Amino acid sequence: MDFVDYYKILGIEKSASADDVKKAYRKLARKFHPDLNPNDAGAKKKFQQINEANEVLSDPEKRKKYDQYGKDWKHAEEFEKAGRQQKQQRQQQHTGGFEEEDFGGDYSDFFESMFGGMGGGGGRRTKTKFRGQDFNAELQLDLRTAATTHQQTLSVNGKNIRITIPAGIENGQTIKIPGHGGPGMNGGPNGDLYITFSIENQTKFKREGSNLYTTVPLDVVTAVLGGEIMVDTFDGKVKLKVNPETQNGTKVKLKGKGFPVYKKEGEHGDLFITYEIKIPTNLSAEEKELFGQLAKLRQHGN
Amino acid sequence: MATEELIPVIQFCTIHQVEITFIESLRENGLIQFVTREQVNYIQQEEIGRLEKMLRLHYELDINPAGIETIFHLLQRMENMQEKITAMKNRLRIYEDK
Repeated sequence: MDFVDYYKILGIEKSASADDVKKAYRKLARKFHPDLNPNDAGAKKKFQQINEANEVLSDPEKRKKYDQYGKDWKHAEEFEKAGRQQKQQRQQQHTGGFEEEDFGGDYSDFFESMFGGMGGGGGRRTKTKFRGQDFNAELQLDLRTAATTHQQTLSVNGKNIRITIPAGIENGQTIKIPGHGGPGMNGGPNGDLYITFSIENQTKFKREGSNLYTTVPLDVVTAVLGGEIMVDTFDGKVKLKVNPETQNGTKVKLKGKGFPVYKKEGEHGDLFITYEIKIPTNLSAEEKELFGQLAKLRQHGN
Repeated sequence: MATEELIPVIQFCTIHQVEITFIESLRENGLIQFVTREQVNYIQQEEIGRLEKMLRLHYELDINPAGIETIFHLLQRMENMQEKITAMKNRLRIYEDK
């Protein structure tokens, strides 16, 4: 547990007046307030530190105690064992997994040891809650799972909820599950649950929205003479006709062979194939001879 | 709309210990809407989260309704931009090596 320099956090001198503390707090709170920095865990942590500093330095009694013990806070700790016990109880109740949008309440170990359960006396409005807190969670899916509409059971605050994830969900997309956040108080509505999807792609296909992209190797003979090849699509193989004299880098669109379109059951994007012509290696003497003949023929042709 | 989805403005003000005039001023600035039933003003449940955010901005940061409106407008723009950035990042993945 480290000493926390509340003056440093608020950027003020030890001699700062109550008004200076207030001004410094307001200035920093405006910068780091979680409502102004959505989904920014760094700002949220900073805001908690600022609040804690303000709670101590704006309260004459707490400030006096803090100034008195200063860096020798460990002596103060001796008197505050009860406070630590309270903290342990709170930790056991912590939900885990889902991040709550709680703007206050989390105090440093230093604060807990020095002031115990005294936190929250600042009269901040966030203490009065009506609507429940919103929960944020991240769910990892692989690309193949994201291609199917499927159900998943999530555990939120000890309760299991079953959600349907529509095929075609995007990497980084957030969906809202209304009413599955924290419980409301005084008859208020529950908060919402926000799930952000992180989609891992281990396949050879690259995805942009509902379109998929891949490269297919093509041997030089098929590229020159044309023919048929078997090509992997996202959900199986298809036979593809290759035109004679196909150039390296030629793109072919396979309509409807792409990724499912989000919330449009049965609709798919397209698959774009880029041919990559492979020059043969380790040629036999006969093959070299034939390429030689071809070279001569092409010279004559020119 | 079902009655249980509406919260009386008076009840909301009592729980939050806020002046009804402040909620009125938010309405005048077009930041929230009331639903009136039999001369009683209600707030829709889905608006509560937004409204509580407005209260925090006002009481914790001293921001007036005009400032709140500006902040909400900018936050919306930020959210739109964030969505565009995510879409662009997903597009860039096509050009990145595995």
